[in-house]
Amino acid sequence: MLDTALALHPSVALRPEPFGALAYHYDNRRLVFLKHPTIVTVVEQLANFPSLRSTLNALGIDEDRWPAYDSAICSLVESNVVIER
Amino acid sequence: MTKLTDHMKAGLDAPICITWELTYACNLACIHCLSSSGRRDPRELSTSEAFAVVDELRAMQVFYVNLGGGEPMIRRDFFDIVDYATQQGVGVKFSTNGAFIDEAAAQRLARMDYLDIQISLDGADAATNDAVRGIGSFDTALTAMRHLRDASFGEFKISVVMTRHNVSQLDAFQQLADDFGAQLRITRLRPSGRGVDSWHALHPTMTQQRELYEWLLAKGERVLTGDSFFHLNALGESLPGLNLCGAGRVVCLIDPIGDVYACPFVIHDEFLAGNVRNEGGFAHVWKTSELFVGLREPQSPGACASCGAWDACQGGCMAAKFFTGIPLDGPDPECVGGEGLHALASAGSIPRPLGDHSRPIPVTLGRR
Repeated sequence: MLDTALALHPSVALRPEPFGALAYHYDNRRLVFLKHPTIVTVVEQLANFPSLRSTLNALGIDEDRWPAYDSAICSLVESNVVIER
Repeated sequence: MTKLTDHMKAGLDAPICITWELTYACNLACIHCLSSSGRRDPRELSTSEAFAVVDELRAMQVFYVNLGGGEPMIRRDFFDIVDYATQQGVGVKFSTNGAFIDEAAAQRLARMDYLDIQISLDGADAATNDAVRGIGSFDTALTAMRHLRDASFGEFKISVVMTRHNVSQLDAFQQLADDFGAQLRITRLRPSGRGVDSWHALHPTMTQQRELYEWLLAKGERVLTGDSFFHLNALGESLPGLNLCGAGRVVCLIDPIGDVYACPFVIHDEFLAGNVRNEGGFAHVWKTSELFVGLREPQSPGACASCGAWDACQGGCMAAKFFTGIPLDGPDPECVGGEGLHALASAGSIPRPLGDHSRPIPVTLGRR
Protein backbone atom coordinates (compact mmCIF):
# COMPACT_ATOMS: atom_id res chain seq x y z
CA MET A 1 0.00 0.00 0.00
CA LEU A 2 2.98 2.32 0.64
CA ASP A 3 3.20 3.60 -2.93
CA THR A 4 -0.54 3.87 -3.53
CA ALA A 5 -2.41 7.15 -3.76
CA LEU A 6 -5.17 6.98 -1.16
CA ALA A 7 -7.95 9.03 0.38
CA LEU A 8 -10.68 8.82 2.97
CA HIS A 9 -13.88 7.53 1.35
CA PRO A 10 -16.16 10.52 0.65
CA SER A 11 -19.06 8.81 2.46
CA VAL A 12 -17.08 8.31 5.65
CA ALA A 13 -17.31 10.70 8.60
CA LEU A 14 -14.74 10.78 11.40
CA ARG A 15 -15.68 11.62 14.97
CA PRO A 16 -12.69 12.44 17.19
CA GLU A 17 -12.47 10.36 20.40
CA PRO A 18 -9.89 10.16 23.19
CA PHE A 19 -8.67 6.83 21.77
CA GLY A 20 -8.54 8.02 18.16
CA ALA A 21 -11.74 8.30 16.18
CA LEU A 22 -14.96 6.62 15.19
CA ALA A 23 -15.33 6.25 11.45
CA TYR A 24 -18.88 5.89 10.16
CA HIS A 25 -19.54 4.74 6.63
CA TYR A 26 -22.83 6.21 5.42
CA ASP A 27 -23.06 3.84 2.45
CA ASN A 28 -22.81 0.52 4.27
CA ARG A 29 -23.73 1.95 7.70
CA ARG A 30 -20.71 0.33 9.34
CA LEU A 31 -18.82 1.75 12.25
CA VAL A 32 -15.05 1.32 12.41
CA PHE A 33 -12.76 2.23 15.29
CA LEU A 34 -9.51 4.05 14.59
CA LYS A 35 -7.64 3.07 17.70
CA HIS A 36 -4.84 5.65 17.76
CA PRO A 37 -4.79 9.45 17.31
CA THR A 38 -1.86 9.28 14.85
CA ILE A 39 -3.65 6.87 12.49
CA VAL A 40 -6.49 9.40 12.42
CA THR A 41 -4.08 12.15 11.31
CA VAL A 42 -2.62 9.84 8.66
CA VAL A 43 -6.07 9.00 7.29
CA GLU A 44 -7.06 12.67 7.21
CA GLN A 45 -3.87 13.65 5.38
CA LEU A 46 -3.80 10.83 2.78
CA ALA A 47 -5.53 12.89 0.10
CA ASN A 48 -2.96 15.66 0.37
CA PHE A 49 -0.02 13.50 -0.70
CA PRO A 50 0.79 11.32 -3.71
CA SER A 51 1.17 8.12 -1.63
CA LEU A 52 0.96 6.60 1.82
CA ARG A 53 4.78 6.68 1.96
CA SER A 54 4.92 10.41 1.33
CA THR A 55 2.12 11.02 3.84
CA LEU A 56 4.00 9.15 6.58
CA ASN A 57 7.19 10.92 5.62
CA ALA A 58 5.57 14.36 5.71
CA LEU A 59 4.05 13.67 9.12
CA GLY A 60 7.51 12.79 10.44
CA ILE A 61 6.55 9.25 11.40
CA ASP A 62 9.57 7.07 12.16
CA GLU A 63 10.33 4.68 9.30
CA ASP A 64 10.44 1.71 11.68
CA ARG A 65 6.74 2.25 12.27
CA TRP A 66 5.74 2.35 8.59
CA PRO A 67 4.92 -1.39 8.31
CA ALA A 68 2.47 -1.02 11.20
CA TYR A 69 0.77 1.93 9.49
CA ASP A 70 0.84 0.07 6.20
CA SER A 71 -1.09 -2.85 7.69
CA ALA A 72 -3.51 -0.56 9.55
CA ILE A 73 -4.28 1.30 6.32
CA CYS A 74 -4.66 -2.01 4.46
CA SER A 75 -7.40 -3.08 6.85
CA LEU A 76 -9.10 0.30 6.39
CA VAL A 77 -9.00 -0.23 2.63
CA GLU A 78 -10.61 -3.63 3.16
CA SER A 79 -13.42 -2.04 5.14
CA ASN A 80 -13.76 0.63 2.44
CA VAL A 81 -13.02 3.48 4.87
CA VAL A 82 -9.94 4.37 2.82
CA ILE A 83 -9.96 4.07 -0.97
CA GLU A 84 -7.47 4.24 -3.81
CA ARG A 85 -7.67 7.39 -5.85
CA MET B 1 -8.55 -5.80 28.22
CA THR B 2 -7.92 -3.46 25.35
CA LYS B 3 -7.44 0.24 25.73
CA LEU B 4 -10.44 0.84 23.51
CA THR B 5 -12.75 -1.00 25.91
CA ASP B 6 -11.40 1.07 28.79
CA HIS B 7 -12.30 4.24 26.92
CA MET B 8 -15.78 2.90 26.28
CA LYS B 9 -16.26 2.02 29.93
CA ALA B 10 -15.29 5.53 30.94
CA GLY B 11 -17.93 6.86 28.55
CA LEU B 12 -17.61 8.76 25.29
CA ASP B 13 -18.37 12.45 24.67
CA ALA B 14 -21.38 11.38 22.65
CA PRO B 15 -23.17 8.04 22.45
CA ILE B 16 -22.42 5.66 19.59
CA CYS B 17 -25.87 4.23 19.56
CA ILE B 18 -29.07 5.94 20.60
CA THR B 19 -32.43 4.28 20.70
CA TRP B 20 -35.20 6.81 20.33
CA GLU B 21 -38.69 5.52 20.93
CA LEU B 22 -40.88 7.95 18.99
CA THR B 23 -44.19 6.90 20.48
CA TYR B 24 -45.72 4.54 23.00
CA ALA B 25 -48.63 4.03 20.61
CA CYS B 26 -48.74 0.59 19.05
CA ASN B 27 -51.16 -1.51 17.06
CA LEU B 28 -49.77 -4.64 18.72
CA ALA B 29 -49.48 -5.69 22.34
CA CYS B 30 -46.48 -8.05 22.39
CA ILE B 31 -46.25 -9.86 25.70
CA HIS B 32 -42.53 -9.03 26.07
CA CYS B 33 -42.70 -5.37 24.97
CA LEU B 34 -39.78 -3.60 26.66
CA SER B 35 -41.67 -0.30 26.78
CA SER B 36 -45.13 -1.63 27.72
CA SER B 37 -46.44 0.14 24.63
CA GLY B 38 -50.01 0.47 23.45
CA ARG B 39 -51.45 3.92 24.07
CA ARG B 40 -49.91 7.18 22.96
CA ASP B 41 -48.60 9.43 25.74
CA PRO B 42 -50.18 12.89 25.28
CA ARG B 43 -46.89 14.50 26.33
CA GLU B 44 -45.11 13.07 23.26
CA LEU B 45 -42.43 15.31 21.70
CA SER B 46 -43.84 17.54 18.96
CA THR B 47 -42.41 17.53 15.46
CA SER B 48 -40.34 20.66 16.13
CA GLU B 49 -39.07 19.20 19.41
CA ALA B 50 -38.09 16.06 17.54
CA PHE B 51 -36.24 18.13 14.94
CA ALA B 52 -34.39 19.90 17.78
CA VAL B 53 -33.25 16.53 19.11
CA VAL B 54 -31.95 15.66 15.63
CA ASP B 55 -30.06 18.98 15.53
CA GLU B 56 -28.38 18.09 18.81
CA LEU B 57 -27.46 14.61 17.62
CA ARG B 58 -25.92 16.09 14.50
CA ALA B 59 -23.91 18.62 16.53
CA MET B 60 -22.64 15.76 18.73
CA GLN B 61 -21.77 13.74 15.62
CA VAL B 62 -24.07 10.87 16.47
CA PHE B 63 -23.97 9.08 13.14
CA TYR B 64 -27.21 7.20 13.38
CA VAL B 65 -30.21 6.69 15.56
CA ASN B 66 -32.40 3.66 16.12
CA LEU B 67 -36.01 4.73 15.97
CA GLY B 68 -38.58 2.57 17.65
CA GLY B 69 -41.64 2.65 19.84
CA GLY B 70 -44.32 1.56 20.15
CA GLU B 71 -44.79 1.44 16.43
CA PRO B 72 -42.89 4.50 15.15
CA MET B 73 -44.74 4.58 11.81
CA ILE B 74 -47.96 5.39 13.68
CA ARG B 75 -46.71 8.96 14.14
CA ARG B 76 -48.13 11.15 11.40
CA ASP B 77 -44.81 13.00 11.16
CA PHE B 78 -42.80 9.77 10.96
CA PHE B 79 -41.53 10.41 7.44
CA ASP B 80 -40.88 14.08 8.26
CA ILE B 81 -38.64 13.10 11.16
CA VAL B 82 -36.83 10.43 9.12
CA ASP B 83 -36.33 12.84 6.19
CA TYR B 84 -35.06 15.57 8.48
CA ALA B 85 -32.62 13.25 10.28
CA THR B 86 -31.14 11.75 7.13
CA GLN B 87 -30.81 15.17 5.51
CA GLN B 88 -28.82 16.27 8.57
CA GLY B 89 -26.49 13.29 8.19
CA VAL B 90 -28.02 11.40 11.09
CA GLY B 91 -28.68 7.98 9.60
CA VAL B 92 -31.85 6.19 10.62
CA LYS B 93 -32.51 2.59 11.46
CA PHE B 94 -36.04 1.95 12.57
CA SER B 95 -37.83 -1.00 14.09
CA THR B 96 -41.33 -1.78 12.97
CA ASN B 97 -43.88 -4.56 13.04
CA GLY B 98 -44.54 -3.80 9.37
CA ALA B 99 -48.24 -2.99 9.64
CA PHE B 100 -47.79 0.37 7.90
CA ILE B 101 -45.44 -0.76 5.14
CA ASP B 102 -47.83 -1.08 2.24
CA GLU B 103 -46.75 -0.95 -1.39
CA ALA B 104 -46.55 2.85 -1.49
CA ALA B 105 -44.68 3.16 1.81
CA ALA B 106 -42.20 0.49 0.69
CA GLN B 107 -41.49 2.41 -2.52
CA ARG B 108 -41.04 5.64 -0.58
CA LEU B 109 -38.67 3.93 1.86
CA ALA B 110 -36.70 2.39 -1.00
CA ARG B 111 -36.02 5.84 -2.45
CA MET B 112 -34.47 7.15 0.77
CA ASP B 113 -30.76 7.18 1.62
CA TYR B 114 -29.11 6.44 4.97
CA LEU B 115 -32.10 4.40 6.00
CA ASP B 116 -32.29 0.91 7.41
CA ILE B 117 -35.32 -1.09 8.51
CA GLN B 118 -35.73 -3.81 11.09
CA ILE B 119 -38.85 -5.91 10.85
CA SER B 120 -39.61 -7.56 14.18
CA LEU B 121 -40.43 -11.25 14.03
CA ASP B 122 -40.28 -13.59 16.99
CA GLY B 123 -41.11 -16.87 15.34
CA ALA B 124 -40.19 -18.49 12.03
CA ASP B 125 -43.81 -19.58 11.68
CA ALA B 126 -47.11 -17.91 12.50
CA ALA B 127 -47.90 -20.07 15.52
CA THR B 128 -44.61 -19.32 17.29
CA ASN B 129 -44.58 -15.64 16.38
CA ASP B 130 -48.22 -14.88 17.04
CA ALA B 131 -48.12 -16.45 20.50
CA VAL B 132 -45.81 -13.59 21.51
CA ARG B 133 -46.70 -10.76 19.13
CA GLY B 134 -50.40 -11.33 18.60
CA ILE B 135 -52.70 -13.04 16.11
CA GLY B 136 -52.00 -12.05 12.51
CA SER B 137 -48.68 -10.33 13.26
CA PHE B 138 -46.64 -12.96 11.38
CA ASP B 139 -48.63 -12.43 8.18
CA THR B 140 -48.39 -8.65 8.66
CA ALA B 141 -44.60 -8.81 8.93
CA LEU B 142 -44.25 -11.15 5.94
CA THR B 143 -46.47 -8.89 3.84
CA ALA B 144 -44.28 -5.89 4.70
CA MET B 145 -41.17 -7.91 3.82
CA ARG B 146 -42.65 -8.80 0.43
CA HIS B 147 -43.43 -5.13 -0.22
CA LEU B 148 -39.85 -4.16 0.65
CA ARG B 149 -38.48 -6.87 -1.63
CA ASP B 150 -40.80 -5.89 -4.47
CA ALA B 151 -39.78 -2.24 -4.07
CA SER B 152 -36.09 -3.28 -4.23
CA PHE B 153 -35.41 -1.70 -0.85
CA GLY B 154 -32.25 -3.76 -0.54
CA GLU B 155 -31.01 -5.52 2.54
CA PHE B 156 -33.36 -4.85 5.43
CA LYS B 157 -33.07 -6.62 8.77
CA ILE B 158 -35.23 -9.29 10.33
CA SER B 159 -35.02 -8.71 14.06
CA VAL B 160 -35.70 -11.60 16.40
CA VAL B 161 -35.87 -11.65 20.18
CA MET B 162 -34.67 -15.06 21.32
CA THR B 163 -37.11 -17.04 23.44
CA ARG B 164 -37.37 -20.65 24.50
CA HIS B 165 -39.84 -21.18 21.67
CA ASN B 166 -37.62 -19.95 18.83
CA VAL B 167 -34.02 -20.91 19.64
CA SER B 168 -34.65 -24.15 17.74
CA GLN B 169 -35.70 -22.06 14.71
CA LEU B 170 -32.39 -20.25 14.19
CA ASP B 171 -31.69 -22.05 10.92
CA ALA B 172 -35.22 -21.33 9.74
CA PHE B 173 -34.82 -17.62 10.53
CA GLN B 174 -31.57 -17.56 8.56
CA GLN B 175 -33.31 -19.26 5.65
CA LEU B 176 -36.13 -16.72 5.80
CA ALA B 177 -33.61 -13.86 5.78
CA ASP B 178 -31.80 -15.43 2.81
CA ASP B 179 -35.08 -15.85 0.94
CA PHE B 180 -35.77 -12.13 1.28
CA GLY B 181 -32.20 -10.92 0.72
CA ALA B 182 -32.35 -9.69 4.31
CA GLN B 183 -29.89 -9.81 7.18
CA LEU B 184 -30.74 -11.64 10.39
CA ARG B 185 -30.49 -9.83 13.71
CA ILE B 186 -31.06 -11.65 16.96
CA THR B 187 -31.15 -10.08 20.41
CA ARG B 188 -31.55 -11.11 23.98
CA LEU B 189 -34.92 -11.15 25.73
CA ARG B 190 -34.93 -8.84 28.76
CA PRO B 191 -37.45 -8.82 31.62
CA SER B 192 -38.28 -5.19 30.82
CA GLY B 193 -41.66 -3.55 30.31
CA ARG B 194 -44.34 -6.23 29.94
CA GLY B 195 -41.40 -8.65 29.87
CA VAL B 196 -41.25 -8.36 33.64
CA ASP B 197 -44.22 -10.72 33.71
CA SER B 198 -43.47 -12.90 30.68
CA TRP B 199 -39.68 -13.30 30.97
CA HIS B 200 -39.75 -16.18 33.43
CA ALA B 201 -41.80 -18.31 31.04
CA LEU B 202 -40.15 -17.09 27.84
CA HIS B 203 -36.41 -16.84 28.39
CA PRO B 204 -34.24 -19.57 26.88
CA THR B 205 -33.30 -22.53 29.06
CA MET B 206 -29.66 -23.16 30.03
CA THR B 207 -29.42 -25.84 27.33
CA GLN B 208 -30.84 -23.43 24.76
CA GLN B 209 -28.38 -20.72 25.77
CA ARG B 210 -25.53 -23.07 24.88
CA GLU B 211 -27.27 -24.04 21.65
CA LEU B 212 -27.61 -20.34 20.77
CA TYR B 213 -23.98 -19.64 21.64
CA GLU B 214 -22.74 -22.53 19.54
CA TRP B 215 -24.96 -21.55 16.65
CA LEU B 216 -23.58 -18.00 16.74
CA LEU B 217 -19.99 -19.28 16.73
CA ALA B 218 -20.65 -21.70 13.88
CA LYS B 219 -23.05 -19.75 11.68
CA GLY B 220 -23.29 -16.25 13.11
CA GLU B 221 -20.64 -14.47 11.07
CA ARG B 222 -23.16 -12.30 9.23
CA VAL B 223 -25.73 -12.22 12.01
CA LEU B 224 -26.19 -9.00 13.97
CA THR B 225 -26.63 -9.27 17.73
CA GLY B 226 -26.35 -5.73 19.07
CA ASP B 227 -23.60 -7.31 21.20
CA SER B 228 -26.44 -8.36 23.46
CA PHE B 229 -25.25 -11.89 24.30
CA PHE B 230 -21.98 -11.04 26.02
CA HIS B 231 -23.10 -12.94 29.14
CA LEU B 232 -22.62 -16.10 27.02
CA ASN B 233 -18.90 -15.37 26.66
CA ALA B 234 -18.41 -17.20 29.96
CA LEU B 235 -19.07 -20.42 27.99
CA GLY B 236 -15.66 -20.16 26.32
CA GLU B 237 -14.52 -18.37 23.20
CA SER B 238 -15.77 -14.77 23.11
CA LEU B 239 -18.47 -13.80 20.65
CA PRO B 240 -17.53 -10.90 18.37
CA GLY B 241 -18.45 -7.41 19.52
CA LEU B 242 -17.98 -5.08 22.45
CA ASN B 243 -17.95 -7.16 25.59
CA LEU B 244 -19.45 -4.65 27.96
CA CYS B 245 -22.65 -3.10 29.23
CA GLY B 246 -22.89 0.13 27.24
CA ALA B 247 -25.60 1.73 29.39
CA GLY B 248 -24.87 5.42 29.86
CA ARG B 249 -21.39 4.85 28.43
CA VAL B 250 -21.95 4.36 24.71
CA VAL B 251 -25.71 3.85 24.49
CA CYS B 252 -28.85 5.39 25.92
CA LEU B 253 -32.58 5.70 25.30
CA ILE B 254 -34.69 8.76 24.55
CA ASP B 255 -38.32 7.92 25.22
CA PRO B 256 -41.38 9.47 23.48
CA ILE B 257 -41.72 12.28 26.03
CA GLY B 258 -38.00 13.13 25.92
CA ASP B 259 -36.92 11.28 29.04
CA VAL B 260 -33.39 9.92 28.77
CA TYR B 261 -32.68 6.49 30.24
CA ALA B 262 -29.41 4.58 30.50
CA CYS B 263 -30.50 1.96 27.97
CA PRO B 264 -33.66 0.81 26.16
CA PHE B 265 -34.27 -1.91 28.73
CA VAL B 266 -34.35 0.16 31.91
CA ILE B 267 -37.38 2.42 31.65
CA HIS B 268 -37.59 3.03 35.39
CA ASP B 269 -37.03 6.00 37.73
CA GLU B 270 -33.80 4.54 38.95
CA PHE B 271 -32.22 4.81 35.48
CA LEU B 272 -33.74 8.13 34.43
CA ALA B 273 -30.96 10.61 33.67
CA GLY B 274 -32.93 13.68 32.59
CA ASN B 275 -35.13 15.07 29.83
CA VAL B 276 -34.21 16.59 26.47
CA ARG B 277 -36.77 19.38 27.07
CA ASN B 278 -34.78 20.76 30.00
CA GLU B 279 -32.12 23.43 29.67
CA GLY B 280 -28.99 22.13 28.00
CA GLY B 281 -31.00 19.53 26.13
CA PHE B 282 -29.77 16.03 25.42
CA ALA B 283 -26.07 16.93 25.44
CA HIS B 284 -26.33 18.24 29.00
CA VAL B 285 -27.99 15.04 30.16
CA TRP B 286 -25.45 12.84 28.40
CA LYS B 287 -22.44 14.71 29.72
CA THR B 288 -23.43 15.67 33.25
CA SER B 289 -26.19 13.48 34.64
CA GLU B 290 -25.22 11.99 37.98
CA LEU B 291 -26.53 8.62 36.88
CA PHE B 292 -24.42 8.46 33.72
CA VAL B 293 -21.30 9.77 35.44
CA GLY B 294 -21.79 7.02 38.04
CA LEU B 295 -22.22 4.31 35.39
CA ARG B 296 -18.89 5.38 33.87
CA GLU B 297 -17.04 4.68 37.13
CA PRO B 298 -15.37 1.28 37.41
CA GLN B 299 -18.08 -1.20 38.40
CA SER B 300 -17.63 -3.62 41.27
CA PRO B 301 -17.75 -7.33 40.40
CA GLY B 302 -19.61 -7.78 43.73
CA ALA B 303 -20.83 -11.33 44.22
CA CYS B 304 -18.99 -12.40 41.03
CA ALA B 305 -15.55 -11.25 42.25
CA SER B 306 -14.37 -14.78 42.97
CA CYS B 307 -15.65 -16.22 39.68
CA GLY B 308 -13.04 -16.93 37.03
CA ALA B 309 -15.43 -15.94 34.24
CA TRP B 310 -15.92 -12.31 35.33
CA ASP B 311 -13.56 -10.96 32.68
CA ALA B 312 -15.47 -12.88 30.03
CA CYS B 313 -19.04 -11.93 30.97
CA GLN B 314 -18.61 -8.70 32.97
CA GLY B 315 -21.43 -9.78 35.25
CA GLY B 316 -23.93 -9.65 32.39
CA CYS B 317 -26.88 -7.34 31.85
CA MET B 318 -27.90 -4.63 34.32
CA ALA B 319 -31.51 -4.57 33.15
CA ALA B 320 -31.86 -8.35 33.40
CA LYS B 321 -30.71 -8.20 37.01
CA PHE B 322 -32.76 -5.18 37.97
CA PHE B 323 -36.09 -6.47 36.72
CA THR B 324 -35.61 -9.90 38.27
CA GLY B 325 -34.85 -8.46 41.71
CA ILE B 326 -31.15 -9.39 41.67
CA PRO B 327 -28.70 -6.77 43.05
CA LEU B 328 -26.79 -4.94 40.29
CA ASP B 329 -23.50 -6.37 41.54
CA GLY B 330 -24.99 -9.87 41.61
CA PRO B 331 -24.89 -12.45 38.83
CA ASP B 332 -26.94 -12.21 35.65
CA PRO B 333 -30.20 -14.20 36.00
CA GLU B 334 -29.06 -16.20 32.96
CA CYS B 335 -25.50 -16.71 34.25
CA VAL B 336 -24.19 -19.71 32.34
CA GLY B 337 -22.40 -20.92 35.46
CA GLY B 338 -25.78 -21.41 37.13
CA GLU B 339 -25.30 -18.61 39.67
CA GLY B 340 -28.35 -16.83 38.27
CA LEU B 341 -30.64 -19.62 39.42
CA HIS B 342 -29.47 -19.25 43.01
CA ALA B 343 -29.75 -15.47 42.78
CA LEU B 344 -33.29 -15.73 41.39
CA ALA B 345 -34.25 -18.05 44.22
CA SER B 346 -33.23 -15.44 46.79
CA ALA B 347 -34.15 -12.35 44.74
CA GLY B 348 -35.72 -9.34 46.39
CA SER B 349 -38.97 -7.73 45.38
CA ILE B 350 -39.23 -7.11 41.65
CA PRO B 351 -39.39 -3.44 40.63
CA ARG B 352 -42.37 -2.58 38.47
CA PRO B 353 -41.69 -0.83 35.17
CA LEU B 354 -42.33 2.91 35.32
CA GLY B 355 -45.11 3.54 32.87
CA ASP B 356 -47.63 1.05 31.61
CA HIS B 357 -49.01 2.21 28.29
CA SER B 358 -50.80 -1.05 27.62
CA ARG B 359 -54.24 -0.74 26.17
CA PRO B 360 -57.01 -2.09 28.36
CA ILE B 361 -57.68 -5.69 27.42
CA PRO B 362 -60.83 -5.82 25.32
CA VAL B 363 -63.44 -7.92 27.03
CA THR B 364 -65.73 -9.90 24.81
CA LEU B 365 -69.04 -10.49 26.47
CA GLY B 366 -70.63 -13.74 25.47
CA ARG B 367 -74.34 -14.51 25.54
CA ARG B 368 -75.50 -17.03 28.00
